[in-house]
Amino acid sequence: MNAQDLLVAFWTIVHREVRRFTRIWAQTLLPPAITMTLYFIIFGNLIGSRIGEMGGFDYMEYIVPGLIMMSVITNSYSNVVSSFYSTKFQRNIEELLVSPVPNWVILSGFVLGGVVRGLGVGLIVTLLSLFFTDLQVQNLFVTIGIVFLTSVVFALGGFINAIFANSFDDISIIPTFVLTPLTYLGGVFYSIQLLPEFWQGVSQLNPILYMVNTFRYGILGVSDINIGFAFSMIILFIGCLFTYALYLLKNGKGIRS
Amino acid sequence: MTLALTVDKLHKVYGNGFEALKEISFSVEEGDFFALLGPNGAGKSTTLGIVSSLVNKTSGKVSIFGVDLDEDLTGAKLNLGVVPQEFNFNMFENVKDILVTQAGYYGINRRTAGERADYYLKKLGLWEKRNGAARMLSGGMKRRLMIARALMHDPKLLILDEPTAGVDIELRRSMWEFLCELNESGTTIILTTHYLEEAESLCRNIAIIDHGSIIKNTSMHALLQQLNTETFILDLENDLSEPPLLEGYVVRQLSENTLEIDVESQQGLNSLFIELGAQQIAVRSMRNKSNRLEELFVSLVDKNLNQEDS
Repeated sequence: MNAQDLLVAFWTIVHREVRRFTRIWAQTLLPPAITMTLYFIIFGNLIGSRIGEMGGFDYMEYIVPGLIMMSVITNSYSNVVSSFYSTKFQRNIEELLVSPVPNWVILSGFVLGGVVRGLGVGLIVTLLSLFFTDLQVQNLFVTIGIVFLTSVVFALGGFINAIFANSFDDISIIPTFVLTPLTYLGGVFYSIQLLPEFWQGVSQLNPILYMVNTFRYGILGVSDINIGFAFSMIILFIGCLFTYALYLLKNGKGIRS
Repeated sequence: MTLALTVDKLHKVYGNGFEALKEISFSVEEGDFFALLGPNGAGKSTTLGIVSSLVNKTSGKVSIFGVDLDEDLTGAKLNLGVVPQEFNFNMFENVKDILVTQAGYYGINRRTAGERADYYLKKLGLWEKRNGAARMLSGGMKRRLMIARALMHDPKLLILDEPTAGVDIELRRSMWEFLCELNESGTTIILTTHYLEEAESLCRNIAIIDHGSIIKNTSMHALLQQLNTETFILDLENDLSEPPLLEGYVVRQLSENTLEIDVESQQGLNSLFIELGAQQIAVRSMRNKSNRLEELFVSLVDKNLNQEDS
């Protein structure tokens, strides 16, 4: 296949992925919009008004970047894990496996599909947040860069989860028991400066903290962590996860007998 | 002579230790209509799975039109179309999208893919259903959709794994016609089926696989010539009170006007009719008791089983 053929194959996968989640928009796009609106109302307005300021900002302003990032993380991950597992379950992954599409194109196509959904939901949540607060982006490059890279990381994570999954239960274990706790403890709702020193150290082992705080830096201009380190770490994660996913695909883990 | 498929010492042992293929070798010539037959669990699907890279082989070589799967997997796959036994498309997608998407995996742009999809949808009687979800199709339509999908990139080699399973006889015959037309236009076809009359009427060459080994690999004509005895059912014009004595033939009376007669290959039918005519027995119609290939298939597989047991 020449470069043009590969590009067509790649966009075919992305197109199929986008068609899939937009066809079931009531399951994929609407729930995060409702959930985040509830977060804005309950945590931002009702509870937030009693909390006062956080990191020098109104509490609503402080949590908006974290909530946007939380929806990007969750949706990037869940799109790829459910889509790829469904193709395994329905066996239509065989359509791709018998075709000449190289593994890296298959992986990139699924990942971009997840990124499109993650960023799409992130945009919806951002627009909703404008009903509750005035959002001023301080650093557009950092904001867009970090949200895109974070989405890629979790789309890759979802892909690897789907490869190992043998049942629909297996695709909900990681989001429920790993992603959600890490996200909640990743500085979405609070600054780690509020924690005792020991727990600040523990929090710094949580990669989501770096993503949320870098995104918050892009929007509010404040952060608990080093931005350069955060970008380096995320790029390293992407490299490792992409290589590992390709290795699994090459060996046919979970998809070839 | 160009070989469409070469399988050389193909060996497969599954993770649980089951040896599915025992170094099998066979080849399929370009333009052939080739039957790969065998009982359930014989190794057919494993063989075809390895050829279509859905199953990892343990050892051996597979080439498609001279392109080794180990050396140029992408190049080899470009010439291959696969119609699997089980429905494996996304049931929630619409019919035309399934075809256009599949073409996209081969680098075919959406416009060309759309034109090809329209052609095959019309050709295979799916045009009216093109905008509906695939899950709404009948079983026969789903089978045709899988054939259309496999043809979207104009493969030179088409693998059909039981393409007519569960399809009614009328539709099956129209699919046979379509496949013959496809083969005549130059597409090499490998067919597995449990309908042996299908293999007999469509295929020119055959390999029979059993317990992971090829037990027969020859032309259909040569194989059918190995059949020593054929059993015929004769419907008679008049009733008989007892079975007639026909010299050299084993005759069984099934009803007052139906006979079952075993005919050895060297005896021929002319002498049988002479014998019947001499006894004023008029035959209204005659048919084979069972399909000829079926008889051979059963005897070969039984023989192989007995050899393995001993």
